[in-house]
Order: sequence, then structure tokens, then C-alpha cells
Amino acid sequence: MIEIKELTKRFGKKNVVDKVSLEIQPRAITSIIGPNGAGKSTLLSMVSRLLDADTGEVLLDQRTVKKWKSEEFAKRVSILKQSNYTNVRITVRDLISFGRYPYSKGRLTEEDKKHVEQAIDYMNLHDLQDQFIDELSGGQRQRAFIAMVIAQDTDYVLLDEPLNNLDMKHSVQIMKILRKLVDELGKTVVIVLHDINFASVYSDRIIALKNGKLVKNGPTKEIINSESLREIYDMHIPVQEQNGCRICVYFNSHA
Amino acid sequence: MRSNQTKIIFLAVLAIICMLLYGFYDIKGGFDYAFPRRVIKIAAMVVTGIAISYSTVVFQTITHNRILTPSVMGMDSMYEVVQTLIYFFAGSMSIWVVNRYLNFGAAIIAMVLFALILYRFLFRTNKYPIYLLLLIGMILGTLLGSFVTFLQVLIDPVEYLSLQTRLFASFTNVKAELLYIAMGILLIAFIYGFQIMSKLDVMSLGRENAINLGINYDRMVMNILILSSVLIATSTALVGPITFLGLIVANLSYQYLATHKHSTLILGASLISVIALVGGQFLAEHIFELRTTISVIINFVGGIYFIYLLLKESRSAG
Repeated sequence: MIEIKELTKRFGKKNVVDKVSLEIQPRAITSIIGPNGAGKSTLLSMVSRLLDADTGEVLLDQRTVKKWKSEEFAKRVSILKQSNYTNVRITVRDLISFGRYPYSKGRLTEEDKKHVEQAIDYMNLHDLQDQFIDELSGGQRQRAFIAMVIAQDTDYVLLDEPLNNLDMKHSVQIMKILRKLVDELGKTVVIVLHDINFASVYSDRIIALKNGKLVKNGPTKEIINSESLREIYDMHIPVQEQNGCRICVYFNSHA
Repeated sequence: MRSNQTKIIFLAVLAIICMLLYGFYDIKGGFDYAFPRRVIKIAAMVVTGIAISYSTVVFQTITHNRILTPSVMGMDSMYEVVQTLIYFFAGSMSIWVVNRYLNFGAAIIAMVLFALILYRFLFRTNKYPIYLLLLIGMILGTLLGSFVTFLQVLIDPVEYLSLQTRLFASFTNVKAELLYIAMGILLIAFIYGFQIMSKLDVMSLGRENAINLGINYDRMVMNILILSSVLIATSTALVGPITFLGLIVANLSYQYLATHKHSTLILGASLISVIALVGGQFLAEHIFELRTTISVIINFVGGIYFIYLLLKESRSAG
């Protein structure tokens, strides 16, 4: 169970994340949405110990993240950030094998190999597994990194805008895989998303941030409506129902 | 990887051929006199080569670049500063020069301190672009270089001649006792370095991925920078500055071996170093008949390679 208490981060004089408190519901996809500069990525970075909070704390199983040994934490929570440029000569399969590092410190056991194989299956990377990652397209590389996180096999999977650089087909593919991780393997996924329709269709819960403050936190259906969205984005966003999915039609909306 | 194994064996064979050639070629005078001295020189070159390769490769991994090396960042200039200051204030007959151990120790400590202060500023955050860092390193090198020149013109000319021999890399007058100390330092560094090989592999994926995989990143960076400075300082204090060697061997190793595994990369770079140093020394002694020194040859080749890397990098960045 991840709890966030009064978490604050300042950059200069601005509170990028401002006293945010919430709990992450287990075995669900939680999407973090909000306008640019709302503090979504910063919040995720603090939860995953990439960034130290100025005040407040993050608790994993009632224990503050700072007290966790980094390698133990890596077996429970994984994080993938947006920019994954790398100039290292490494094949897709070797990259995915790094996901097992917290368990085996570089020496793969049979168990580890099974997880790597499974991650390749999940992300459908068989054809690419022997290619070097610097030869891949942005989207392919993104999939390889997600596969690494899947191989890491943590209860919590945190992803910072994983759909960046991806076309519709691969975006949908990845969201479906995340759904499978939750529904079949009982993982907890927290994901920063820009496209609210992906958030609406695939997530169980939504957290909305604005200017560093938590403005909404609840089940998806309570948040995807014009009223709440106006509060978050300051614009009128009509919501239409389509085959049971709520779609936000914001393309020629007037503020 | 089978092909990399073959490549490493090829490099090892080449290195051994260079060593044998250097050790046995055209021995004049008594074998018993010449051979042990050559062995000491070879040992010095192997120690230096490994130390420079190791420190450069790990430095480049944690700074995520392939152009900066500890030497380029001003370590070599710092060595010149230390030696010049000693000659300037204490003189060539002082204990700081005559006592080899003291001189060796002072040079190492000063360089490591300099490196740590500099790195704390530069690499604490990832926000400086590599060209800015390179520029800072170059300017710092020039600044220290000018400072050294200023002191050198004030020194007594005879003292200066004696100082000058210190400022060029040379394997000819390596003292065996210092070599043993350097080997000891290398051994300690390797015992630590061996445990962190796989961590280095993970760290090459970048800070965020490394932390995600449970690496205590910021502390590891500091540890590795210390390790890298100790090694480069040891090699520089032992034989003098060979600025571009690290850059050449590290990049040749990345290019030739095309892997992310540091155990392979470092081994490859070390073997290439040994080939370059022993082979280069052989050329300097027997082909150029000591009319030029090995550091001149290596810096000439290395300088050209450095420009090539800069051009390549700027093309791929643009």
C-alpha cells in the first residue's frame, strides 16, 4: 500500500507539488492527469524516490520510503521516466534482463530467464529482441523499456507518460497490457497521462493535479464529466458516451 | 558473446607480442643488465595502461559521455601545478623532490583533492551540457597551464631543466619502489572495482533507470569518481601525464567490442593501452631511436582522434 502524506516540492519559490495527500488503491490502474506544469511527473518522481521531497513523506507498507533499502524497494516498486535516450550498445533482450537486476545482481537464474521471456511475450518483442536499442524507433525503444519494468515484476508499476512517441496502435496495445497486468497479475499501475481519453477508457481511478495541488481523486466515472474537467483544465469539455466508454470531445471546444 | 571473446583473445595475443618484442628485441650489452630494466619498464607500462583505461571507462560511464576524460578535465594540468609549485617553493634539492615517496604521495593527494572539488561542482547535477563541461575543463587546463608557465619563467633555469623532465611522460626512469606502491593501489582498486562491475552496467542506463533498479546512484557516483581519480593520479604521478591515452583506448574499446558489459569494455581498453604503450615505446626507442618520446606520439595520434570524435559527436547531435 502506498500512502502519500502532505508531500511538497519547491523549485525556487514555486511549490511544484503542494501538500498532496492521497492513497494509491492497490490492484487498479490510477491515472494522474492535469495541465502542463501541474506537478504530475514531480509527484511520481518523489513517490519512486528519484527525487527527494522537501516536506511530507511517502509510505510503502507503512514504512517511509527513505527507510527502505533501495534494492528492496526496487523489488516492490518500479518507475519508468519519459526520456530514455541512451547511447549504450545493448540489445533489447539484455536491456530487459536488467529488469532482473534487483533479484540476481546481473547473474540470471532460471527463474529470471522465465520472467524475461514472459516480458518479451507480453510486449511482443520477439522480432526485436536481438537488435541494439540505439537502432530502434522511439516507439520500439519505449516498448523495450516497458518490458524491462515488466520483467522487474514489482507490485507497483509507475509510468511517466509511457504513450509519448507512440502511435495509436501501440498506445492501445500498451494500455491493454497494463490492464492485463492489473487484471491477471494483480499489479498496481500508476500512470501519468496527457490524453484524457486513454485515462477515461482504461483507468479505474483518476488523480487530477493543478498548480501542484490535488484537485480531484476518485473513480474514473466520477471525474470524467464536464463539470470536473472544467475545474481541472479551465475549459469546457463535452463528454459523450460511445460503446460504454466516456469520450471527451475537446477538439473545438470554447473555453 | 563468442565474437567478443575472439576479439579479446586477439588483443591479448597482440599485447603479448608487443611485450615480447620490447623485452627481447636487440638487447645490447649484458642480458642480465638490460633485461630486468626492460621488465620494470614493461610492468610500469602495464600498470599505467590498466589504471588509465579503468579510470577513463568508469568516468565516462558515470558522466554519460565519451569525450571527457579525467585527463582532459584538468588532472594533467594539476600534476604540472603540483610539481612546479614544489620546485618553485622548495627547490630541486628539497626533500619534496629528492624523497620519491613524498613527491609521489603529494602529487596523488593534490590531484585527488582537485578532482573531487571539481567534480562536486560539475557532476552534482546532470544539468550542464557536455560542451560546457568540456569548455570548463579546457579553460581550467589553460588557466593552470598559464599559472605554471608564469612560475616556470621565474625559476632558476637549472632548476627548470630538472623540473622539465618531470613534466613529460617517461617510462625510462620509473623507480621500482614506486612501481610496487602503484601496483598495490591498483590491486586495492581492483578488489573494489570487481564488485561493482555489474553495477556499472546498470548505471550506464542513466540515473533514473539505475535508481529504479535499486542502485544507490548518487553515492555510487561519488565512490567511482574517487576511485577513478585515485587511479589516474597514481598513473600520472608514476610516469607523468599522457593526456589523450585514456580517450583513445576507451573509445576504441567501445567501437571495437560494441557491448555494454564493463568487464569486457575495461579488459579491452586495458589491452589496447598495453599495445599502444609498449608498442609505442618500442617504436620510440628502436625506430625513432629516442629522438621522440612516447607521450608525443600518443598525444599526436590522440589529438587527431579527439578532433574526429568531436566532429562525429556534433554531427550526431545536430
